[in-house]
Amino acid sequence: MERFGANFLIAGVVTFLLGFFLQGVMPIITLRKVPVKTVEEMAANPPDSFYQLAEDYPVEFQKVYGEANPQSFAKALRTGRDVYVAEACWHCHSQFVRPVSNEDLRFGPVSTAEEYQNDMFLPHLFGTRRIGPDLIREAGKRSNDWQMAHLYDPRSVNPWSVMPGYVWFFDADRRPQERALALVAYLQWLGSWVQPGARQAAMAPAAAPAPGGAG
Amino acid sequence: MNATVEGRLLVRYDLIRAHLTAAAAFMVVSMLGGLSYSFQLHNLYPFSGIEWLSPGRVRLVHTNMAAYGFIANAFIAGLLFAIPRLTRRPILSDALGWVIFGAWQLIMVLTIVGQLLGYGQAIEWGETPIFVDPLVMVGLVLLVINMAAPIVTTKEEGLYVSLWYFLAAFAWTGLVYFMGNYLPQFWVPGTAGAAITGLFIHDLVGLFVTPIGWGLMYFFVPMLLRKPIWSHALSLIGFWGIAFFYPMQGVHHFLFSPIPMYAQYGAVIATIAIEVVVLTVIVNFFGTLHGRAEAMRGNLAIRWFYTGMIFYGITCLQCAFHVTLTFQKIIHFTDWVVGHAHMVMFGVFGFWIFGLFVDLWPRAVGRDWVNPRLLTMHYWMTTIGLVLMIIDLTAAGLVQGFSWASLAPWSESVIASQPFWIARTFSGLLIIAGQALFLYALWITAREPAVTPSLDRAAVEAA
Repeated sequence: MERFGANFLIAGVVTFLLGFFLQGVMPIITLRKVPVKTVEEMAANPPDSFYQLAEDYPVEFQKVYGEANPQSFAKALRTGRDVYVAEACWHCHSQFVRPVSNEDLRFGPVSTAEEYQNDMFLPHLFGTRRIGPDLIREAGKRSNDWQMAHLYDPRSVNPWSVMPGYVWFFDADRRPQERALALVAYLQWLGSWVQPGARQAAMAPAAAPAPGGAG
Repeated sequence: MNATVEGRLLVRYDLIRAHLTAAAAFMVVSMLGGLSYSFQLHNLYPFSGIEWLSPGRVRLVHTNMAAYGFIANAFIAGLLFAIPRLTRRPILSDALGWVIFGAWQLIMVLTIVGQLLGYGQAIEWGETPIFVDPLVMVGLVLLVINMAAPIVTTKEEGLYVSLWYFLAAFAWTGLVYFMGNYLPQFWVPGTAGAAITGLFIHDLVGLFVTPIGWGLMYFFVPMLLRKPIWSHALSLIGFWGIAFFYPMQGVHHFLFSPIPMYAQYGAVIATIAIEVVVLTVIVNFFGTLHGRAEAMRGNLAIRWFYTGMIFYGITCLQCAFHVTLTFQKIIHFTDWVVGHAHMVMFGVFGFWIFGLFVDLWPRAVGRDWVNPRLLTMHYWMTTIGLVLMIIDLTAAGLVQGFSWASLAPWSESVIASQPFWIARTFSGLLIIAGQALFLYALWITAREPAVTPSLDRAAVEAA
C-alpha cells in the first residue's frame, strides 16, 4: 500500500506528458520546416472543375458565389469542408492513400505529409473506416454532374451503394443549393494538386502555374 | 447500514441512483442510434430524407452516448460508491455532486442536439460540439475536485490499488480531453494533428475508461468474493505498466499514414508491450477467482465482471496482432476494427457496468431485485448477441480487406459485406432485446416502495 496520493496524480501527469511528447510533439517537430499554408493559398488556383461548376449550374452558382475566382473558391472550400464535417462523411470515407494493399493502383499516388500541411486540414479528416472509397484522390475522377446526382440519390448512379442521399442540399426542384455546390467543389479539390505521373509538382510553391486539368 | 461521517451520509445512494438511471437512459439512446445506423447499410434507414436524423449524425450520437452518456455516468456512480467506502470519507460536497449530475446530463443533451443539428466535431470520440467542450472541461474539473477530496484527506493508513487508478485517471482525463478536442481543431493541422487525434482516441479508452474500470474491478471483485486480491506485486506491475505504456501508442490508429514512421513503430512496440502488462492484471484477477470459481455461476455481478475480463484478454491479444503492420495492410479501415471497438467499449466496460448495476441498483433503490431471472436472461442475450457480433464483424473485416487488396471493383466489397451486415443487425437486435428485459427489471425493482434490502448478500444470486 502506497501512502501518498500525490504520487499517482504526479505519475498521471508525467506519463501523459511523456506519451504526448513521443506521439504528439515529435511529429510536430518533424514537420516544423514545412510551412502551413492558408486556405487562401490553397485556393489560389482553382481547378477547372470549379469553373465548370459555374457553367453547369449558372443560376445557383451566381446566387451563392457570384463569379468563379480564387476568393469564391476559398469560400466554397471552407463551406464544403464544414458540410463534410457536419454530415460526418469521415465515418465512411478516409482521406489518405496507404503504400500497401494496392491502394496506389486503386486511388492514386500514396499520400505524403506535406499535402496536409495547410489550414484546410484543420482538423484533418484522415478517417478510420472505409465503407465507401478513399476520397483524397477524388479530384477530376468524375464529373460535377455525377457528383450532384450521387449526393442526391447515390443509387441512381451506383445501384449497389449504401450511402444515404443528401436531399437537403437541394431545393424542391432538385437544383443544388449552397451546400451541394460547396461540397462538390471540395470533393473536386481533394487531390487536385496531384497530377498523374508528376507527384513532385504537388509540392511546388503556390506561385507555380496552376495544374491545367484536374486529372 | 449506511454509515455516517461527521453527521453526513458516507455514501449518497440517491446520487448513485440518479447517475445509474441516466446511464441506462443514454444506453438506450446509444443503442437505438446504432441500430438505426445499421439499417442504412441495408438501404432500409427508417428516417431517410430527414436532415437532422441523417445516418452520419446519428452515428455520432451512438458513439458519444455510449462513451459519455452510458459509461461515464455509470462510472461516476461506481466512484460515488467505491471512493467513500475506501477512504471512509464522503465526497467533498453532496450539493456539488448534484450540480455535476445536472451539468453532465445537460452536456449530454446539448451534445445530442448539437450533433443532430450538424455541429459535431470531426475528432473521433471527441465529436462533442465545440461550444459544449468548455462546459465539459468545467464539469470534469468539478468532478475531480469532488471525488479527489476524500482521497486526499483520508486518514487511512495506505491507499488501496483502486485509488491509485482513480487518482491517475483524475490527472489524465482533463489533460486528454483538452488535448484531443482543442489541438487538432484549432492549432495543429494535417498529419501532426492526426497524430494527436490518434493519441486522443487511444487515451480516451486508455486513460479515462480503462483506469476507472480497473479501479472499480479492484474494489468490487474482492468485496464480492470476500477475499483479497491475489498478488499485490502484480497489482503494482499492472498499474505502473499501464501508466507508462498506455499513453504512448496513439499513432497506432493511423498506421501507414503520412505520420512519421518512427512514431508509428514506437506506437506498435508500446502496444505490444502493454499486452504483456495487461496479461499480469488478468492473471491477478483470475488468481483471485481461483478456488471460488463457483461464484461465476452463483453471483451475477462476478459473472459480468469476469466475462468482461475474458473479453479484455481477447481484445488485448487481438490487439497485439492487429497492431502489427502485417495485419494492418488488410484489416485497417474494415469492420474488423468496428468489431474490436464493440468488444472493448461494450464487451469489457459495458459488461463491468452491468455488473455494477447488479450490485448497486438494489442498494440505490433500497430493494432487492424483484425478478433475478430477468437478469440472467439479460446476461445470456447480451453475451450471445455480442459474441455473434464480434465474430461476424471480424470475418466481415477480412472479406473487405482482401477484396480491396485484390483490386476488385469497390462494389464487390459492399455487396460481399451485405450478409455480414444483416447478421450484425440481428445480433444487435438480440442485444437490444436483452436490454429491454434489463430495463424492465430495473423498473419493477425501483417502483416498489423501498424496504431495507439484504445488503449483506453481496449481490443477487442468479436464478
